[in-house]
Amino acid sequence: MGKTDIGPPDFWDMLPEAIQRNYGQWKYHERVRPGVLKHVSENGETLFTIRAGSPRLVSVDFIREICDIADKYCEGHLRFTSRSNIEFMTTDESKVDQIIGALNGMGLPVGGTGHSISNIVHTQGWVHCHSAATDASGLVKAIMDGVYNHFTNTMLPNHLRIAVGCCINMCGAVHCSDIAVVGVHTKPPKPDHDRVMAQCEIPTTIQSCPTGAIRRHPDANIKSVTVRDDLCMYCGNCYTVCPAMPLADAEGDGIAIYAGGKVPNARKPPMFSRMVVPFLPNKPPRWQEVVDVIVKIIDIYGADAKPAERLGEWIERIGWESFFRKTDIPFTEQHIDDFSHAVETFRSTTMFKW
Amino acid sequence: MADETPLLDELEKGPWPSFVTEIKKAAKKNKAAKDLLGVLEKSYRDRVTHWKHGGIVGVTGYGSGVIGRYCDSPEEFPNAAMFHTVRVNQPAGWYYTTDALRKICDVWEKYGSGLTNFHGSTGDIILLGTTTENLQPCFDALTEAGFDLGGSGSALRTISACVGQSRCEWSNIDTLGLIRDLTQEFQDEIHRPRWPYKFKIKASGCPNDCVAAIARADFTIIGTWKDSIRIDQAEVQNYLKQGFNVEKHVVNRCPTEALELDPKSGELKVKAEDCVRCMHCINLMTKAIRPGIEKGATILIGGKAPIIKGAYLSWVLVPFMKLEPPYDELKDLLRKIWDWWDENGRTRERVAELIERVGFKTFLREIGLKPLPQMVKYPRSNPYVFFDK
Repeated sequence: MGKTDIGPPDFWDMLPEAIQRNYGQWKYHERVRPGVLKHVSENGETLFTIRAGSPRLVSVDFIREICDIADKYCEGHLRFTSRSNIEFMTTDESKVDQIIGALNGMGLPVGGTGHSISNIVHTQGWVHCHSAATDASGLVKAIMDGVYNHFTNTMLPNHLRIAVGCCINMCGAVHCSDIAVVGVHTKPPKPDHDRVMAQCEIPTTIQSCPTGAIRRHPDANIKSVTVRDDLCMYCGNCYTVCPAMPLADAEGDGIAIYAGGKVPNARKPPMFSRMVVPFLPNKPPRWQEVVDVIVKIIDIYGADAKPAERLGEWIERIGWESFFRKTDIPFTEQHIDDFSHAVETFRSTTMFKW
Repeated sequence: MADETPLLDELEKGPWPSFVTEIKKAAKKNKAAKDLLGVLEKSYRDRVTHWKHGGIVGVTGYGSGVIGRYCDSPEEFPNAAMFHTVRVNQPAGWYYTTDALRKICDVWEKYGSGLTNFHGSTGDIILLGTTTENLQPCFDALTEAGFDLGGSGSALRTISACVGQSRCEWSNIDTLGLIRDLTQEFQDEIHRPRWPYKFKIKASGCPNDCVAAIARADFTIIGTWKDSIRIDQAEVQNYLKQGFNVEKHVVNRCPTEALELDPKSGELKVKAEDCVRCMHCINLMTKAIRPGIEKGATILIGGKAPIIKGAYLSWVLVPFMKLEPPYDELKDLLRKIWDWWDENGRTRERVAELIERVGFKTFLREIGLKPLPQMVKYPRSNPYVFFDK
């Protein structure tokens, strides 16, 4: 047995020397062009950062290839962003184009800075998760292909952040993204009574249900549970505590799209994403309907919003009724909240737009 | 076996770099990666997942850091029958030397599928796919290389932060130094799950919140400042000369009308008492406007995704706290919160849900904080009030 509780390596040892020299001393930055940032410190030193997109799910060979680039141009240092982009840093302006050339040579796009669509934060999906209602990596690939020009350009009114959660656990915490794509189940779990008896704790399973849909099985000899279909909203919390309650279903599972969330405080406080499309069927490998809706929303926002206006601010300004009209997305009964904080979302004013 | 993957092959088309290409690269060298390709193609065909619930697997002495994963078709895909994930705590800020990254690659090529996520959405390096018997030797090799596991289950999850003062002039706190310190202090809480449910900490250096701490962390640290923004008037003149419409895009968009552009001199003035530090003007005029110098952080509590009572944004707990090593005030606060939550929380109840169940007032009393108007959007409107006699 080896060491334990050593924690991660000290970040200080991972920093490029230019960053160690100027730590806490940065004065301002400029967005030189899409994918390239220039930071200037109080002592006048300049650091260029080149940001590249990544598929996130990568082989060790990929990691070694980006290490080769960092060894050649960046004195053996690189970093990743919170959205899985890869950043290469240099104090030598003449290396910027060489780094971009090397990245493009690997098939990696340079961009994701400023008023662009950065890489998509996402979850594991069918690659590695038991509760996934859809794949995440495949959706991300299809969406990023569809909005690729917005990664390599900075022509949008503001940042546009997309996230994909493959079930409503939303491990990627997608609920405050400009556009959130969420895998949803729409059929109740089917208890497998033999396995429930063998694998699950009945009280925990009953307690796990937020709507009280899970009851003891009426037959006292069957130490299992039943699900009231009319109360179940397919959250899957019971499946997490009891593996014998699967709810994945090829026809019932699909995609919901939410829009208008943000986390920065700029101009307006952080906002949740709100439902715009309650359900689209799972259509691997490229989920074209999902991509089409997202591209349509982005196109209309790009043409209609004021400079610096985030998607959610734009929707608030024009009104949700205008949003649904402009995007031609149908408003349905599913859009009206009936969960825990529903009444807060109802409109108590006569102010709206025709 | 998966020699043909017609559905996944479609995801090698298009300009964005493809994860399928990456799995195929690993599949050339590794049987588990090859079977993963087969499992995934099967899911694309069947439109359901083929992974079962994880069993409890791990390394000696830890309850965290490994996610057990088993395929539901082990006969068809024997090399992916066990496909456990190892979460490796990233260095703060996701900075690496190539030497450190190559060491991880070597370990993972030896003990796992050769497939990774750089990074998982909580921040860890994710090593995707290994067997139970390889877990301990893999962990031993990782610690030899200077790395350790991150959190999973009902534990403190791996802490993450924005780039902070390492490369951002807006950061009001040393986010990387702070989370490095907290991570080392709370190794036990990360590695040995013992709470009602998960607990997440994230730190952003300014109200732009680049790690989405307000949405994604139970305990949210956001750098801010108390004094006035700093304006470089010479740079304001440069923006004006270059044709940037300061009046339209900055002054008129200030949410609290705290800015004024002198029509004659072009001087940009701020009414400091009206500014709420939203970052809008700073974001648009990066060379001319900066945060103030009386720096600290706002501490917020409760952010989480929907499971189970709905999503929450973190709300204000401490409007302003100076954050400097050794961060004792912050650590004391965390320990008080954990003790109270651990004592009172139900199974799978996040701290926000517990606070909503028993009341924020009770929570404040229990952890010894006084109520402040900054904690609420507005006071209550109902008359149903408890008074102690």
